[in-house]
Amino acid sequence: MRLTRRYRFSASHRLDSPRFTPEENRRLYGKCNNPYGHGHNYTLDVSVRGTVDFSTGRLIDVAALDRLVRSSVLARLDHKNFNIDLPEFASAVPGIVPTTENIAAVIRDFLQQNWRSVFPNVTPILDRIRIEETNHNFFELHTL
Amino acid sequence: MWITRQITFSASHFCSNGSLSHEENVRFYGASANPHGHNYVLEVTLDGTPDPATGMVFDLKELKGILQREVMEPMDHRSLNHEVPPFDHVVPTVENIAVEIWKRLQPSFSDGAVRLHNVRLYETSDLYVDYGGEPCV
Repeated sequence: MRLTRRYRFSASHRLDSPRFTPEENRRLYGKCNNPYGHGHNYTLDVSVRGTVDFSTGRLIDVAALDRLVRSSVLARLDHKNFNIDLPEFASAVPGIVPTTENIAAVIRDFLQQNWRSVFPNVTPILDRIRIEETNHNFFELHTL
Repeated sequence: MWITRQITFSASHFCSNGSLSHEENVRFYGASANPHGHNYVLEVTLDGTPDPATGMVFDLKELKGILQREVMEPMDHRSLNHEVPPFDHVVPTVENIAVEIWKRLQPSFSDGAVRLHNVRLYETSDLYVDYGGEPCV
């Protein structure tokens, strides 16, 4: 069985890669390359897989999942500028661009770094991450 | 091909394990230990091949009738703990309700033409489970 919990965060970013010239960046990223950046209300779905504990009827302690996501993800991402506030994107070299694809991978890493300390048993395990950047596009990362 | 039909039902419940004290239940289930209700959203997905004559994987009118009989009539506007077995002794978490709905629906799709593929049950817009019939307890 898979359980999915939805969270929200707001952040700003600018898509600009040091691998390309300014003109190439403008052509590749379009409006997302605007110098002062822009922001989104992101929707984050975290899916976990596991078995249901017979006595509690739960496959995960949802409150513990909420605490983990709040402390390891939302506290670092919500109301932040990814290009400046996140070391993963702020380092000049090699310059990982904060596309939503790359943000999904960073969120996966944040969750997996702390997962075993909160959920030490075989299950529940992190199954997938889905991020909506806007209502019109979303990105899914299967972690199994 | 997968086809999915969605229904909504409203029901009340509380999460409490009879072998625990009230204080322990409150500590584990939080606000859910207190009687309250939800607008549950159920998405039932069938897996099959369109019939060459009808062009349909399954008659959606028939699916609607099955969902009405197995889910809406017994659960809509009910207290799950008091009125809908087995939730008099099984904790009606969203996980357990999804398993129970699967058990109720499965016999209607056992003839092989179409397969019950997934039951997705939203307790709120921010919390749902997917269940595909795998051993889960």
